[in-house]
Amino acid sequence: MEAKRFPYQLIKTDTPPFWMRPLIPVLILLTTFLITAGLILTARANPFQAYYYFLISPLSSQVSFLEVLVKSTPLMLTGVAVTFAFATGYYNIGAEGQLYAGAIAAAWLGIVLGGVPAIFAIPLMIIGGFLAGMVWALIPALLKVRLAVDEVVTTLLMNSIMAYIVSAILNGPWRDPNSGWPQSPEIAENTMFFKLIPRSRLHFGFIVGLAAIAVLWFILTQTSFGLKMRAVGLGKPAAQFAGINVGTTTLIAALISGGIAGIAGVSEVAGIQFHLIGDLSAGYGYTGVIIATLGSLNAIGVFVASLFFGLIDTGAQTVSRALGVPVYLGEVTQAVMLLVALGMYLLQRYRIVRRA
Amino acid sequence: MEVFLVNLIAATFRVSTPIVLAAIGETYSERAGILNLGIEGIMYFGAFVGFLVADKSGSLWLGLFIAVLSGIVFGLLMGFFTVTLGVNQHVSGLGITLLLTGLTLFTFRLFYGGRSTPPSIPSFQTLNVLPENPILGPILSQYWLTYVTFLVIVPLAWWVLYRTNFGLKIRSVGENPEAVDAAGISVPAVRYATLAIGGGLMAAGGAFLSLFQLGAFTHGIISGRGWVAIAIVIFGNWHPVRVMLGGLIFGGTFALQLRLQAMGLQLPVPYETFLALPYVVTIIALVIAGRNASYPAALLKPYRRE
Repeated sequence: MEAKRFPYQLIKTDTPPFWMRPLIPVLILLTTFLITAGLILTARANPFQAYYYFLISPLSSQVSFLEVLVKSTPLMLTGVAVTFAFATGYYNIGAEGQLYAGAIAAAWLGIVLGGVPAIFAIPLMIIGGFLAGMVWALIPALLKVRLAVDEVVTTLLMNSIMAYIVSAILNGPWRDPNSGWPQSPEIAENTMFFKLIPRSRLHFGFIVGLAAIAVLWFILTQTSFGLKMRAVGLGKPAAQFAGINVGTTTLIAALISGGIAGIAGVSEVAGIQFHLIGDLSAGYGYTGVIIATLGSLNAIGVFVASLFFGLIDTGAQTVSRALGVPVYLGEVTQAVMLLVALGMYLLQRYRIVRRA
Repeated sequence: MEVFLVNLIAATFRVSTPIVLAAIGETYSERAGILNLGIEGIMYFGAFVGFLVADKSGSLWLGLFIAVLSGIVFGLLMGFFTVTLGVNQHVSGLGITLLLTGLTLFTFRLFYGGRSTPPSIPSFQTLNVLPENPILGPILSQYWLTYVTFLVIVPLAWWVLYRTNFGLKIRSVGENPEAVDAAGISVPAVRYATLAIGGGLMAAGGAFLSLFQLGAFTHGIISGRGWVAIAIVIFGNWHPVRVMLGGLIFGGTFALQLRLQAMGLQLPVPYETFLALPYVVTIIALVIAGRNASYPAALLKPYRRE
């Protein structure tokens, strides 16, 4: 006699069941917060209270809501930067270094363009930052396209090299002569990004970030180059066979990616710090990888993910101040969310059915 | 000059140890087809948890043991994503690094607060072999883990990969998983095993820094050494002995930089040039090695039985 079997089984499917699509983000959130609740408990705080400060409290006042937008600005830019590369199958992990390249350019132009009217100075800074990020992205991109050197490794190493360049500049020629702090001289007032709302920290960089999202959407979905990018991203041999120049497409996507990461650096220098400093970026380049992935490499996804991560960054500070939970809870939550989202692929690939 | 060279050679072995440990760990998993970008985070967490346990229990050995154990656990977690779920190896590896970096900083803050000077403990001491000899004395005055790394772990990795049945399975899984599966060997089991071994070695590399070399934990303790290890694996063409040589070249450049700084020479270039030099050398080495690099054929490819 056949043993009684479990009446349900998992079978493979290509498309997730329709009712699961809206459910997946909810499941990702719930699972993430279930996991991080453990950490909050180790910090001897009440998880429910912590989540209130984490997710609700930043949205309940205008000041902190604008702060969420401020925090999401660099994330939008690095998220878009990484998406350009990843969508083309070029794994640029170097957005962090490219961001600093743009920041160095902005800090320099911010001094040089002292007498130039803002209407010219600010676009010049953005172009300068784009070019600087592009130049820093050029070396690994050329090595990849011409010599087939793995870009993941070279872009990571370029990040370390950039960190030393920034340190050398700040401890050398740009060390503040008065205070002795390792920070560049303040940029000229006319090169600072204007505030979108008076007496807040929300600056023009947010508009630049929105523009980057729009450009990403336009190129990916409305242009033949975007089609080529996605074709290369889906499979290089097939793209080659279809007559696409894989090398050139990869190179251009890599350079756009580096350039936009450079603009993220400009935005932080001209919008927030007004100096080049060693910890200008709180790992925004790496967070960009998470955002691009969670945003499923599309413009709207990247936009939503950046806003949400801006909320997490702001909320982590609120929790830290209110309950004494270490501020790094934010970083942990973001990483856990990425891993949980990756894990949810399992749910998307299988469905539960009743045995016949 | 002689003293300079002797000290340089001695420092080279010391500086190379964590890189070689991690790179050998990475060699195992890449040989089976998994690129583990979790390496940087596993080293970081290993350095921290080893320090934390040693500090709280008073036992360096327990610290090292727990560090290695944590590396094994996170190696297996990497396996869950890349082997069981078959998701993108770059993204899951980077995710593990980001998770462990955040987790380390979070836990550090919980235990040690926001203090400005890093907490420290008495570390493992160097073994003094031939202390009277002016040349061999300083060179052989190394930590026991350095001896174990160069005399046991590297030769053992070569022996396992090229002379054992398990090694044959690892290499076959990395080249042609379909054939291995057809032969009745479990591809996932082999990949999980190499990730566990690899994770343990990476964490040991991290713990070497905190429990041997520094006797302390600082925020920048790993600062990209994991990425260097990944590069060295390619440079070494996935062969343990060549990987070790790559590690020694990196260690040599790094040690040279340390020596020059310690001598307090007035150099015409900022000292960061020397700090960045090993990374530049690694990229150049990758370009040179890139032409002959023979990547495991199944690297980055998830295996699914259809």
